[in-house]
Amino acid sequence: MVNTKVNLCGIELDNPVIPASGTFGFGYEFAELYDINCLGTFSFKGTTKDPRFGNPTPRIAECERGMINAVGLQNPGVEKVISEELPRLKACFSKPVMANVSGFSLEEYAYTCEKLDKEEQVGWLEVNISCPNVHGGGMSFGTSPEAAAEVTKAVRAVTTKPVIIKLSPNVTDIVAIAKACEEAGADGISLINTLLGMRIDLKTGKPVIANKMGGFSGPAIKPVGIRMVYQVSQAVNIPVIGMGGVETAEDVIEYIMAGATAVEVGAANLVNPYASFAIVNNLPDVMYKYGIKNLNDIKGCAHNG
Amino acid sequence: MNRAYYDIIYNKPLTKDIFEMKLEGDTSHITAPGQFINIQLDGFYLRRPISICDYDDETITIIYKIVGQGTENMSMLDAGDYLDILCGLGNGFDTSKCGKKTVLIGGGVGVPPMYNLCKKLLSEGKDVSVILGFNTKDEIFYEEEFKALGAKVYVSTVDGSYGTKGFVTDVLKDLEYDYFCTCGPMPMFRAIEKIAKTSGQYSFEERMGCGFGACMGCSCKTKYGYKRICRDGPVLEREEIIW
Repeated sequence: MVNTKVNLCGIELDNPVIPASGTFGFGYEFAELYDINCLGTFSFKGTTKDPRFGNPTPRIAECERGMINAVGLQNPGVEKVISEELPRLKACFSKPVMANVSGFSLEEYAYTCEKLDKEEQVGWLEVNISCPNVHGGGMSFGTSPEAAAEVTKAVRAVTTKPVIIKLSPNVTDIVAIAKACEEAGADGISLINTLLGMRIDLKTGKPVIANKMGGFSGPAIKPVGIRMVYQVSQAVNIPVIGMGGVETAEDVIEYIMAGATAVEVGAANLVNPYASFAIVNNLPDVMYKYGIKNLNDIKGCAHNG
Repeated sequence: MNRAYYDIIYNKPLTKDIFEMKLEGDTSHITAPGQFINIQLDGFYLRRPISICDYDDETITIIYKIVGQGTENMSMLDAGDYLDILCGLGNGFDTSKCGKKTVLIGGGVGVPPMYNLCKKLLSEGKDVSVILGFNTKDEIFYEEEFKALGAKVYVSTVDGSYGTKGFVTDVLKDLEYDYFCTCGPMPMFRAIEKIAKTSGQYSFEERMGCGFGACMGCSCKTKYGYKRICRDGPVLEREEIIW
């Protein structure tokens, strides 16, 4: 028997597999396909203080082994998330869920987190300071250690729940930003958000995406994610959630070997709605294949030598 | 929605760049005409959403146009090959809202979803007229197939090489009808919107990420709030559309 359990900031997960925010809605579309209680948890759609329609379409472009999205944090706003989405989520998912939060000012981050802090099912707050698709917010908080620390402090002050800061790879020194978040009181770090990317349509000579640029995700970015998890997990003493291009149970193990405690699955859910289900199911077999009895035994093993 | 493998029974050209493919597999998740399937192709990350032209208990017929490398590769597949498909996506047309004299308007690659819709409306005892719009004679497909169903069929070509010279609206303006359903390019929709005299349903196309409502890649604003073309659409009612 292999043990797939991991502890994420004081909450035990049956397995480290977590569908990533923005690829899993509020869970109920996927609950029509399989029992989503098989997941470790999932991170629900990025929520802001006010409702947002997001960016104009087209919002999606295909790439080699990946995709670019510029959705722009479409969500009904925190009040409606709490009154309409969370009851539907609760009806199909009985475990603690990860609340993903975005904002355009410190006050907005704090407002939304304070509201979600009162929701019993919310186990963790994943604070997105790395969305590349909105102007004047999102990623701008994630590109300097000082700003990242300020958001962390603002959120820390309004919740007793574990605060996980989601970082952008579009920075020169991700380790410095992760350390600043840890010092400011973060309980965990998740990375990487999407890489800023762009496609141009040869027929029109214009960007494919209406917003011109967007976030590049999918298996093509996995080596970047592995590298950054490897770097950050050595520099901080709080759990790291790894993500970027995860499609298989092997990818989950690779991220844990790089130093991740748990692993998020993003774009894969969009091309194969059963992707996370398959990863959960395959994980014990793949652990057995590599002689891994307990995921904690291999966490960060790549750091040694 | 379900995900399954489907066997290709045939894959043949109807015109220079329009292909008809018949697939065998589970069709139990298709609930209405105008729904679509999302096809995984080797070597491409995102699936290709294609409308369902017709279906029965065991087979699906799709008609698609070669618009890029993905659909070009698809056109080279043959009987014996199989495809990974998400089936039964989107809302489809609501025939309960259609009138006794419904007109179906298909433009170019928007023609295919009209076929099963036409079949369904005729089986419900409705009087169905069909307007098929193309650029030129060589691009015309399915005129005979619609006639064989028993519908009144009108064809327009932009260059006048066949049928009525001009656009579908040049036929529509002289027709008598009490409801319409349409699928085709946006300029055609705008022209229809200007002259249509009744309620109707429009089937929209949009670049999609997932095709089943998870990514918010294809959202649009309607008078009744935000909708996802892939899940809450692709069919929207005339009254809710913001042009």
